[in-house]
Amino acid sequence: MNFSEVFKQSNQLCKVSPDGKYLATCVQYRLVVRDVSTLQILQLYTCLDQISHMDWSSDSLFILCAMYKRGLVQVWSLEQPDWHCKIDEGSIGLVSSRWSPDGRHILNTTEFHLRVTVWSLCTKAVSYIKYPKACQKGIDFSRDGCYMALAERRDCKDYVSVFVCDDWHLLRHFETETQDLAGLEWSPNGCVLAVWDSCLEYKVLLYSLDGRLLSAYSAYEWSLGVKSVTWSPNSQFLAIGSYDEKVRILNHITWKKITQFEHPSSINNTKAVVYKEVEKRTAVGSDDLSLHITIGTALYNTRSKYEICPSPVQIPVVKPDPDRANPKIGVSSLAFSSDSRYLATKNDNMASVVWVWDMQKMSLVAVLEQTSAVRCFQWDPCRPRLALCTGNTTLYLWSPAGCVSVQVPTEGGFQVQSLNWHRSGDSLMLLGKEQLCLCYMDTDQEDNIREFTATK
Amino acid sequence: MSKTSYCAYLTGFISPEVKDTCSSSVECRSPPLIQFSQSSVPLHRNYILSTFCTEHNVQECLSHINQEVSSLGLPPVWTESSGSSEMNVMAVLNCMYDLIQLHHRGLRTLENMEVEQLKSSSNVDHLHCLSLLKLILNEQLELSKRGNTGLLERERQLHLKVKSLQNCLKNEKDEVQKLQNIIASRASQYNHEMKRKEREFTKLKERLNQLLVDKKEKKQAIDVLNNIGRADGKRSLWKTQKTEAKHEGEMYKTLLSDYDTRQREMLLENAELKKVLQQIKKEMVSILSLRKPIRKDDKHPDAGIQDEEQVFDSSKESVGLFSVHAREKLTNSIRLQWRRLKSHVERLDSQGSLYMGENKTDDAISRETHEEEMDRLKLEIQPCKDFIQTQQQLLQQQLSSPCDEETTSLLSNCYMLQERERFREEWKTLEKQRNLFERERRNCTEAAISINSRHASHSLPCARKKVCCLYLHKP
Repeated sequence: MNFSEVFKQSNQLCKVSPDGKYLATCVQYRLVVRDVSTLQILQLYTCLDQISHMDWSSDSLFILCAMYKRGLVQVWSLEQPDWHCKIDEGSIGLVSSRWSPDGRHILNTTEFHLRVTVWSLCTKAVSYIKYPKACQKGIDFSRDGCYMALAERRDCKDYVSVFVCDDWHLLRHFETETQDLAGLEWSPNGCVLAVWDSCLEYKVLLYSLDGRLLSAYSAYEWSLGVKSVTWSPNSQFLAIGSYDEKVRILNHITWKKITQFEHPSSINNTKAVVYKEVEKRTAVGSDDLSLHITIGTALYNTRSKYEICPSPVQIPVVKPDPDRANPKIGVSSLAFSSDSRYLATKNDNMASVVWVWDMQKMSLVAVLEQTSAVRCFQWDPCRPRLALCTGNTTLYLWSPAGCVSVQVPTEGGFQVQSLNWHRSGDSLMLLGKEQLCLCYMDTDQEDNIREFTATK
Repeated sequence: MSKTSYCAYLTGFISPEVKDTCSSSVECRSPPLIQFSQSSVPLHRNYILSTFCTEHNVQECLSHINQEVSSLGLPPVWTESSGSSEMNVMAVLNCMYDLIQLHHRGLRTLENMEVEQLKSSSNVDHLHCLSLLKLILNEQLELSKRGNTGLLERERQLHLKVKSLQNCLKNEKDEVQKLQNIIASRASQYNHEMKRKEREFTKLKERLNQLLVDKKEKKQAIDVLNNIGRADGKRSLWKTQKTEAKHEGEMYKTLLSDYDTRQREMLLENAELKKVLQQIKKEMVSILSLRKPIRKDDKHPDAGIQDEEQVFDSSKESVGLFSVHAREKLTNSIRLQWRRLKSHVERLDSQGSLYMGENKTDDAISRETHEEEMDRLKLEIQPCKDFIQTQQQLLQQQLSSPCDEETTSLLSNCYMLQERERFREEWKTLEKQRNLFERERRNCTEAAISINSRHASHSLPCARKKVCCLYLHKP
């Protein structure tokens, strides 16, 4: 495993182009484009204000930089550095900006979600979409880029509009049976749209592409409901994580629950492997104790490794404040591996634990207990390998063969706050607070794993 | 009738005198006493004298009375020695007085006895009443006991009911608590949302104010250096009905292709599963058919059906994939086979467990049976052993015992006798054959000589020689 040097970035805005060749990072109001393999700076663009959001177009030719405060969006071309494009939303303000799947339209959501403006870079034409809903996930594009689903709210009722991305023709417009639509997501095959209600009501609705209601699923009433929803890459499963600390899996044939995964505080499962992170602090030089005390932890080499715990295992639980809204309880993060074989989940009141489930056996495969709260986890796009970070200087990897914990070798400590896989699965982009580091996986990573891991 | 009224009814019949003497004792009297007391009355009131003594039988009466008196223990009234028919008045008066005293005494004792009898009868009645009372009280006791058990039972049931109600109460309380928690969380969520919306509303109001005040309205605008081509390179089309229809068509195409792929996948899966089921069924049938000759309680028709089924399925395999009927038949037959297999395995299990049980439960029993078997076998073996022994003995005898030469000579070669005979026979036949060959040879040589002599005139010396040699050398 090789680590690149550390680069500066701001706002966690670092993205690899869809074709995997370039890496774009934002540093304040500058946009830096590098080559992924050499990390040489290829282009440098300057925007008018601090960049709030940055994204690649689908063909990796253009990059949009949105500055929400100023209500501006600037688009840069990689091929033609002289080409420029500036979209000014004016008095109406800007809260979000995104590319359309064809890479030639930009959708800006105005302040207060008054409308969505569709700007065309080909024709300079403008389209407006009224009454978009301000919710967790109000817009979603299908994977093939043909259709866009938009959540709308009119007269205290929720609607979904399906647009053809080709010419923004409104294909379907239907009312949904939700109280307060919180999000929608296309299935990977683009034929089913999952729509879910806010946490006050557990309701997940499945609509066909042509607007027919295929199924409605509600696990229980009254208690807080859905917290997170995700499709499996093969479109066969829909995983619903809820506030009752359970994940329910629906199947694509009957849209009924086939199983549910629970997150108990005490694990008795002998088939699951429980990896517990154990930190070992070794002093760098034990001569002068006083020095060590004053300088602090930087001199301590905190090496952490995984240990396998025998069952039964107790998981530390943090009870959330009952009076606060959006309590820190329930399954907030769900992710399927690329082959749909594994599902990784995180329960918010056991924030330092990641659970890995096997979808073939429908059972728990591994539990990773970290020393601090897990901040981010993501599956390798090519193989069943999970990378996670907890805000310290260690990168953790899990695969069915075992677990690795790798120290990020940087001076001054690099707190890994989020990570992103490269689409080839060969490298990982690690983001700190204001730093960026690339981690290149060895091709023979199995050796690596054997070296560092605790295996069964 | 109550006790007191009965007694009142009785007392009406009793005379005042008798009542006086008897009133201190018990209340009830028995009826037979009435007559007696009644009969005793006339003795005291103007009794009419009987005609016992007349002028003619004075002496007899006197002697009779004397006898009677003396039998009573009193001094005699008249003694014969006085000789006169005159009675001693004093003695008579004394006697009379004694008799009266006796009579009084008798009456008294009679009264006493009456009293005693009354007492005892009343006691009996009292006891009788008491026993009746006891019965009644016993019945009452029984009733009250039953009532008591009933009450106890009710109490117990009520206790149980109380417990269950307490449980229900606890559950309801928990439920209420849970609902309250839910309400609290929902309330906090609503409040949060409300606050958020209010904040947004205020921001909106401010923005509106700002816009109303702000004269210079910044319009939306896009500034592009030059238009860029479409991603797919095609020209964009006008929005017409045709394009709309095209979009609809494409959408349905996507859906249909998705359904298609799904259906194909499911068909494949179905076919796979059916294959697996068929295989399982075949294997189960084969397993069960292996057991058939051993099983006694086998039903013939089942075997027939099985064969039928097998034939049916194998011939219509392809149809079976699609027809509902065949599918049902397959699943039913699988179920049937599986049930049979299961029952068979269960039987084996039970047998095995029985056997194991037998073995495990009592060592003594198994050893007994084992020993019995051993004894039986030993008994069987014994005669065989004896037989063998006798054979051996005889053999030994034969071998060791002396016998005459003929027999010995016979015996010495007795084993080879048969073979010797055979060989002799063969020798004889061979000898015969030899003689036959000899004769033929002689004939042949004579014939050759004659031929030679004939050929000598025709001059063929070489052939002759050969022939001669041929015939001469042949053994």
